[in-house]
Amino acid sequence: MPDVINVDGTVRQDDWVVVPRPEDGESLDIPSDQPALIPADLWLAGYEHFTGNDRIGVWFDSHDEPEMIADRVNELPLIGVNFPRFVDGRGYSIARLLRERFGYQNELRAIGDVLLDQLQFMKRCGFDSYVLRADKDISQAAKCLNFFSQGYQAATDTDLPLFRRRAG
Amino acid sequence: MYVYDEHDRQMAAERVAQFRDQTRRALAGELSEEEFLPLRLQNGLYVQRHAPMLRICVPYGMLRSEQLRRLARITRDYDKGYAHFTTRQNVQLNWPALEDVPDILADLAEVEMHANQTSGNCIRNTTTDQFSGVQADEITDPRPYCEIIRQWSTFHPEFAFLPRKFKVAVNASEKTDRAAIRIHDIGLQIVRNDAGELGFRVHVGGGLGRTPMVGPVIREFLPELDLLTYLEAVLRVYNRYGRRDNKFKARIKILVKALTPEGFAEKVEAEWAHIKDSPTRLTPEAIERIKGFFTEPPYEALDNATDLLARQRFENRGFDQWLNHNVGVHKKPGYAIVTLTLKKTGTPPGDVTDHQLEQIADLADEYSFGEVRVTHHQNVVLADVRQDRLLELWEAITPMGFGTANLNTLTDIICCPGGDYCALANAKSIPVAEAIQRRFEDLDYLYDLGNIDLNISGCMNACGHHHVGNIGVLGVDKKGEEFYQVSLGGSSHHDADIGKILGPSFAREDMPEVVAKIIDVYVDQRTEEEEFLDTYRRIGIKPFKERVYA
Repeated sequence: MPDVINVDGTVRQDDWVVVPRPEDGESLDIPSDQPALIPADLWLAGYEHFTGNDRIGVWFDSHDEPEMIADRVNELPLIGVNFPRFVDGRGYSIARLLRERFGYQNELRAIGDVLLDQLQFMKRCGFDSYVLRADKDISQAAKCLNFFSQGYQAATDTDLPLFRRRAG
Repeated sequence: MYVYDEHDRQMAAERVAQFRDQTRRALAGELSEEEFLPLRLQNGLYVQRHAPMLRICVPYGMLRSEQLRRLARITRDYDKGYAHFTTRQNVQLNWPALEDVPDILADLAEVEMHANQTSGNCIRNTTTDQFSGVQADEITDPRPYCEIIRQWSTFHPEFAFLPRKFKVAVNASEKTDRAAIRIHDIGLQIVRNDAGELGFRVHVGGGLGRTPMVGPVIREFLPELDLLTYLEAVLRVYNRYGRRDNKFKARIKILVKALTPEGFAEKVEAEWAHIKDSPTRLTPEAIERIKGFFTEPPYEALDNATDLLARQRFENRGFDQWLNHNVGVHKKPGYAIVTLTLKKTGTPPGDVTDHQLEQIADLADEYSFGEVRVTHHQNVVLADVRQDRLLELWEAITPMGFGTANLNTLTDIICCPGGDYCALANAKSIPVAEAIQRRFEDLDYLYDLGNIDLNISGCMNACGHHHVGNIGVLGVDKKGEEFYQVSLGGSSHHDADIGKILGPSFAREDMPEVVAKIIDVYVDQRTEEEEFLDTYRRIGIKPFKERVYA
C-alpha cells in the first residue's frame, strides 16, 4: 500500500491504485478488491456504469483537459493528476481549474514524478494529498509543504493576495 | 524605490533557508543533478565554463547605494572582485563556489536583494526604461507596475515550471522604447484610452533566440486594474498549451505563431473571462500603495543652468562631447540624467570591479539621491544630477573610466560574456567588441556616424540581442572554429525589427574591417538627416553585401 502525504504533512496509507491507460485493443483492468483511479476520458465513456461508485476515481495526465468532466467533478471521490516529469508544470493549472473553476470539493492527489521541493506549489494549487516518488524521504514532506509561511498571490489556498492583506 | 515590509522580508528569509536546505541535500546526494537543476536555476545559479555563475536580480534595474556596496563586498568575499551588468538589467558573478551561494543569498537578503527567478523556466525579472520617472514624455512611471508584477510573479505556484523562460518588459514613453518590449514574451506599453483611462497595450510572443520575432499586439487596451488577471490568463494558456517536446520550440512566440495572434488572443480572452473578477484583480488602493514608493526625491527649485553650461562647454571640449552624448534631458528644470558608460575600450562591456561598484555608490550618494539604474545597454544611470554639478561630476568620473562619451554610438556595444565565460557560447564575443572599439577610437568620427546599435552574441541564445542590433554579430561554430555572422537592420525600439543576415560568416580577425566596410556604405549613401537604420531601410541590404563581399 502506498504512503500518502496529507496536506498537513502527516502520512497515511490507503489502497487506491492508479490504473494505467490500456494499450490499443486491451481493456481497462480494474482490480476487484481495491479502489481505483482510471483515465478520466474512459470514466466519461463508461459514465453510466461508473458514476455513483465511490471506489472509482479518475486521473488526468498532464496533457489532458479537465474541462471534459467540468460539471461532474463532485461525483468523484478522488481525482489524481499525473506529473510525468516533475518539470512538467501543466498539472498545477489542471489542479487550479478543478478546484477554482469546476468547484471540485473532494480529494485531489498528485501522482507520478512527485518530489519534495514542489509540494508547497502543489498545495497552493489545490492538491491535498501527494504520493511521493518512492526513492524520496517522506519524513521531509512536512517541512517542504511549509517552507513559506505565506505567498504573494491568491491561489486555491487563499482568496487574499498579499496586496489585499496589506490593505486590511 | 520599493522598500520591503515584514512580509517581503519574511519570504526573502524563508527563500534563503529553503535554498540552503536544497543545496545541502544536493551536496549530500539526496537530490540528483537533474532534480537540483531547476531549483538552483531559479535561485540564479548556472554551472558555467569555469565555475558556477550567479545572476543576481536587480528589479527593473533599480539599485540603492547600500546595495551597490554590498555587491562590491560580495564580489570581494566570494568572487574575483568584479561583476558584470547584463542586458536584462541584472548583475552576474562569474566565479562563486556552489557551497557559498546560500551565504551570498543571505548577504543579499540583508539589503533587500535576491536572485529569485533570474534563470530557469519561470517568470523572470520584469524590466523597463532606465529613465523611468525622470523623463518628460512618459505617460506615467512604469516602475510601480513592474513592482506589482514582481510580487505577483515571485514564487507563483502555478507558473514555476513553464515550458521555457518567460520575460516581461514595460514601457511608458510614447516616443521611445528603451525597454525593447517587442522582443519580450510579454511587452506592456502603457497607454491612455480615448476616455483618458490608464492601461496597457499588450504584445505577446516577441523574442530572440533561434526564431526571432517581434511581438504582435494581442490586446489594444487593458485597464490597469486588470493587469494581473490578464497576465495570469496569458500564462495559463502558455503553461497548458506551450510546447514541451522541443526546447527550441517551447517559447510562447511559437505558440502565438501556431495559433496566429488572433487565435491566441481568443484563447486568452476566453480564459480571462473566467478570472477577470477573481481576487487577483488589482485594487486602486493596491496600486496607490506601490506608487507611494516611487515618489520624486526632494528636488530643489532650480532654473536650467543654461549659461553656466554654455560657458563650461566652451572652455572644455571633452565636457562638451560628454554633455552632448551621455547626458539627457530631465523633466525637472536644473537637473539632468547622466549615463555612466561601462564601455571603455579594453574592458568587457558591462564589467565593473568591486572598487568601481563602490565608486558608483559614492557617486549616487553625492550626486543622485543615493540611487542608480542599470540599463539594458549594460550602462549605469545617475538619474537626478544637478546641472550646475555636471562639470564636477564629469571630472570625477573620467579617471574612473565611466566618462567615455560614446553612449548610443557604434562603440556603445551590447555584448554577452561569450565564450570567455559562458558554457553555452559557440564563440568569444568580448574580443570582437574590443577589436571593433579599437578600430573606431576617433570620437569625432563616431559622433558623425550618429546613433548605431551594434550588438554581439556568442551564440544563438542571443543574450547580446544581436537580432535587434542595427548591426548584429553572432558567434557560430564551424567544425570547431569560431566564425561570426553579421546581420543588418535590426531594431529594438518602437520600430522593432529583426535584422537580415548579410551573407557567409567571417573570421574573428576580419570583423573590424567588415564593420568598417558596412559603415563606409552608410557614409557614402546617407542623406543629411539619416541615421544608419534609415539609410539601410532606404537602400536595402544589397549595397552592403556588394561592398563587404567584393
